[in-house]
Amino acid sequence: MTKAALMKRLSPSRIRWRGVTSVIAFFVLWHLAVVLGVSGISELPTPVETLATFFGEYIADNDYWQSWAVSFQRVLAGFIIAQLLGIPLGLVFGTNRRFREMFFPVFELMRPIPPLAWVPVSILFWPTNESSIIFITFIGAFFVIVINVYDGVRSIRNEHMWLAQSLGASRLSIFRRIMLPSVIPSIAVGMTLGIAITWNVVIAAEMISSDSGLGRMTWEGYVSSTPEVVLIGMISIGLAGYLSSVVVEWIERRMMPWKETR
Amino acid sequence: MQNGSPESPPSTPGVQLSADSTMGHLEVRGVGKIYDPEGARVEALKKCSLDIPAGDFIAIVGPSGCGKSTLLNILAGFDNLTDGDVLMDGEPLATLDDPPKPGSDRVVVFQNGALFPWKTVLQNVVYGLVVKKQMPESEANDMGMDLLARTGGLDRIAQVFPGQLSSGMQRRVEILRALINNPRILLLDEPFRAMDTVSKTNMHQHLLDIYDTYHKTVFFITHDLDEAIFLADTVVVMTTRPGTIKLRLNIDLPRPRNRHTITSQQFMELKQHAVSAVHEEAKKAFERGERELA
Repeated sequence: MTKAALMKRLSPSRIRWRGVTSVIAFFVLWHLAVVLGVSGISELPTPVETLATFFGEYIADNDYWQSWAVSFQRVLAGFIIAQLLGIPLGLVFGTNRRFREMFFPVFELMRPIPPLAWVPVSILFWPTNESSIIFITFIGAFFVIVINVYDGVRSIRNEHMWLAQSLGASRLSIFRRIMLPSVIPSIAVGMTLGIAITWNVVIAAEMISSDSGLGRMTWEGYVSSTPEVVLIGMISIGLAGYLSSVVVEWIERRMMPWKETR
Repeated sequence: MQNGSPESPPSTPGVQLSADSTMGHLEVRGVGKIYDPEGARVEALKKCSLDIPAGDFIAIVGPSGCGKSTLLNILAGFDNLTDGDVLMDGEPLATLDDPPKPGSDRVVVFQNGALFPWKTVLQNVVYGLVVKKQMPESEANDMGMDLLARTGGLDRIAQVFPGQLSSGMQRRVEILRALINNPRILLLDEPFRAMDTVSKTNMHQHLLDIYDTYHKTVFFITHDLDEAIFLADTVVVMTTRPGTIKLRLNIDLPRPRNRHTITSQQFMELKQHAVSAVHEEAKKAFERGERELA
């Protein structure tokens, strides 16, 4: 990408303003909807009220930021464990036929079970509440990662393997220098999907069985009939997910320097 | 051709890219290939015999699915044969008992391009040298840069990733990636198939330059008769499946060839000679309406 093209992309005359406008428009519409009493929405606080509560009671509140930290820790733990176990398993499924024939059917039976259906078993099985939440989060990302890596291995181009063989590469070298880089884009897809799912799962799991985290905070807002808190919770979760995606995307770009920036 | 001719390449450090054409003599003797012999029994090749002298540029023309890629895959060592055998420089390359193995003396340039997208142009070019640990990486890089520089100043794109290059440029890099290993035979599987006419014409000139410089045996697959006659010393027309040799045509157009060659009387006469054979087979293949095989 040339410098000129980059400048164009960053120039204030493009795209950015559209994004800003649409975000502002969203809040304005929300405000109007509450003020004009659109049915259903009129029960909610206005964005102004929500912001007032946020700046008045939450921004300096230790517990609030603690909720962020706790949820982030859970997402991170589940996500990283899912990568550490999922990537190798996907690679083995893709490369070892005997192993695949033996274990893939079991994997496929378990894959459609929604992560939240694991909650009861998980609580029974794991000694602490914390570990069961991390386990459920892990489940959320694990299957997606495995299936993507496996698919990545299967779609390695024959030509690349043949060429490496022709040019005298050893089996180990083919694995390291041809297979792994070929699979990186699929790992990246698994990461993108995985991080989104882990946030979904962690929030729900927190609502069901935890006494901390952003999910719990949102749920408590509902139980205590303070809709401002519910909304602050929701917006916080949205921001947290967005931040995570940005970081994951940044990592993906570092993993694939040969891909042009999207 | 002869050593010491003005065309012979300047010496490079490390491996010498030889320009003599004493290596790369191929004998294809009664080769047959049946896919799935127990079941569907698809006969791709039948009693194919070809003698390709060292340093010859041979172009194989035939309709889609005539087994020309199968033959190339056997020569490259990606596929085994079910009848006959192949010798390279008198040594068995592929026999019934001894399936062929891939080797850097026969490198393929594929139809859709197979540069490694995660490696830069230079890393792609020197891949064979580095992976065989023939020489230290720095030496391989020097050699790669040298070869790139001598081939139309391609050293300027050495650090670029293939995804940023046009398909023509990618193909040129691929040919160099094969060439740097000093192969006995270059195997080109319809490398210019998906290109527009202008790029194709340019690529022909690039390929001929390389051929005139290094005189490797070239085994070139295409379904474009003009391309075949323009490039090759020998044009072989294959029949539709099961593939056999239908016609072998000696192309005695003088080298170096250029865009005037293609409008010459001699070119027209050669084309006239081959065109009916090609069309007959193409028509058969078309009427059968089968999907392309491999």
